Amino acid sequence: MARVNFLTALRDAMAEEMRRDPRVFVMGEDMRNNLYGSSGGLLDEFGPERVLDVPLAESGVIGTAAGAAMVGMRPVVDITIAPFLYPACDQIVSIAAKSRYIYGGQTSVPVVIRACMFYNGGSAAQHSDRPYAMFMGIPGLKIVVPSDAYDAKALLKASIRDEDPVLFFEDFNVWGSAMRLPDDEDIILPLGKAAVKREGSDVTLFAVGGAVALSLAAAKVLEAEGISVEVIDPRTVKPLDVETVLASVRKTGRFVAVDPAHRTGSLASEIVATVSERLFGSLRAPPLRVCTPDTHIPFARGMEKGLFPTQDRIAAAVRHIMKGQG
Amino acid sequence: MTQGNSMALEIYRRMQRIRQFEAAAVDLLTRGEMTGGLHTTPGQEAAIVGACMALGDDDYMVGTHRSHGHPIGKGAGLDRLMAELLGRTTGVNRGKGGSMHLSDFSVGSLGETSIVGSGLPVATGAALGSKMQRNGKVALCFFGDGASSEGTFHESLNIAAIWKLPVIYFCENNGYAISTPATETVSVSDIAVRAAGYNIPGHVVDGQDVMAVYEVTAAAVARARAGEGPTLIEAKTYRFDEHAIGLNLPAYRSAEEMAHWRARDPLILFREALLSRAEASPEAMDAVAEQVRQEVAEAVRFGLDSPHPDPEEAFDHVFVDPILPLDHRKQEAF
Repeated sequence: MARVNFLTALRDAMAEEMRRDPRVFVMGEDMRNNLYGSSGGLLDEFGPERVLDVPLAESGVIGTAAGAAMVGMRPVVDITIAPFLYPACDQIVSIAAKSRYIYGGQTSVPVVIRACMFYNGGSAAQHSDRPYAMFMGIPGLKIVVPSDAYDAKALLKASIRDEDPVLFFEDFNVWGSAMRLPDDEDIILPLGKAAVKREGSDVTLFAVGGAVALSLAAAKVLEAEGISVEVIDPRTVKPLDVETVLASVRKTGRFVAVDPAHRTGSLASEIVATVSERLFGSLRAPPLRVCTPDTHIPFARGMEKGLFPTQDRIAAAVRHIMKGQG
Repeated sequence: MTQGNSMALEIYRRMQRIRQFEAAAVDLLTRGEMTGGLHTTPGQEAAIVGACMALGDDDYMVGTHRSHGHPIGKGAGLDRLMAELLGRTTGVNRGKGGSMHLSDFSVGSLGETSIVGSGLPVATGAALGSKMQRNGKVALCFFGDGASSEGTFHESLNIAAIWKLPVIYFCENNGYAISTPATETVSVSDIAVRAAGYNIPGHVVDGQDVMAVYEVTAAAVARARAGEGPTLIEAKTYRFDEHAIGLNLPAYRSAEEMAHWRARDPLILFREALLSRAEASPEAMDAVAEQVRQEVAEAVRFGLDSPHPDPEEAFDHVFVDPILPLDHRKQEAF
């Protein structure tokens, strides 16, 4: 059991899959020089043919990966900073997501697209996006947002083995978090399955990405106040494991969704809508969302830090819902 | 494919298959048997067949929104193509694609896309896959003059050039993006000169001359297979029909221009060339045309006799497996 941080877990996942399957290769900006910290050692072990540094051409790069996937390769693209997905949206939406469907099952596009979410670090509005929700309305895409090192490794390995295109969002705020991972075990988590990260009986706290650790910390504080909080991490945003969430809310009767993305059209909005549709009559208080307000992300620390969900904001929302208020 | 009469007749047969398939499709649309936009090929058969004849059966090909001719040129059967245009479950895309996505993967097709320019990266990636798998296959990407203004064109040529990928970018320049002339929207008279910006060869060819197209493409294919990288080919051609059948745009092409290109009908030019060189007899060519007539009639019959898809099939092929956690058929009851 070695102590491994989030970035090393991602590197290990790619290295293990490249050893296991000669079809797997990685491509992205500055991968060979390990600029982002998750590709160290890959060039030495696998050589330049399987570790490709790419031109600054997001659409061309992701489309090239999709084409390679259609002829039997398993590309893992690191687009690096999540908003760099935007220039490539046509290839993601019109090609990767739709090709299996449009061609009536004649092809598959097993490509993994990694994107990191650099919010809460003074990167200003164009580098701080958390855009997983923007892709939730696209059928055919699987969307994964791991919250810790174990999940990052096990979900990335599962994503590489998946037959469908996967958008894999990595939260910068948990890059440094480390945990003990088994050395030899081939750890895999199924896509589309949520995790109950903490059991509780009073409130269901649904949290994604970096918000999971904040929610677990809030739950500890609340426990001392006599409030028992269940924390659910969807792990996969799409397909979303609604049943695990509903089972929890049936037990607690209270629901708070925490999502670092902008509030309008968020994952939190989607899951609150589903919980309300399915369990409205058994809710003991109106559901709540803890999100980022609908403004851009500013550069200055003082303006930026209050915008995202924090442990205090999450705890306050739970206390509020325990009073039976919406 | 060897030179000689058999190849000449095969080229003629493929051009006839495209021409007659399209005529039958227009007839079905006119009779109300078919719905949706129909983007037809006539006028561009020599560019397509000349390029496809230079490919091996296993080579890859990516098409466009005007792509009925591409799978036919590559040798696809007509039954499932016609069934697709008719929206039947026996269609090559099982009724999910239609005119703009008529793609038969069994003949090496990797899709036909209705977002102009979006196929270029796919072909580039197929070529990357070929290179990594060392399987000797090349990829040929059809696209139009309009796509040469898209970012994906420039990104793809650059990627293929730096990695020396076995890909042929084949521009069918028919002079118009729907009604807008390329002379107003493309900064160069010959799109092929853009190859220089990527340090790869670029060739202009008469797109109405099927043998000229074949020869320039065959050289590019040989170059790609030898590991020397991509080539850009521009075939000057013309679309005889509207952008889509029945569009009824105001006249944007002069009668003189249309008559000029009609006189350069690629089927007539090729027939005359074969006769003048005594490479095929009129009887042999007529027999080919008659065989194709029967094949197309059979494809129409097959399509019309095929069942419509069950509405439930709309949920198939979103993912490799059915979506388990959220069963839309139960969830969305209202």
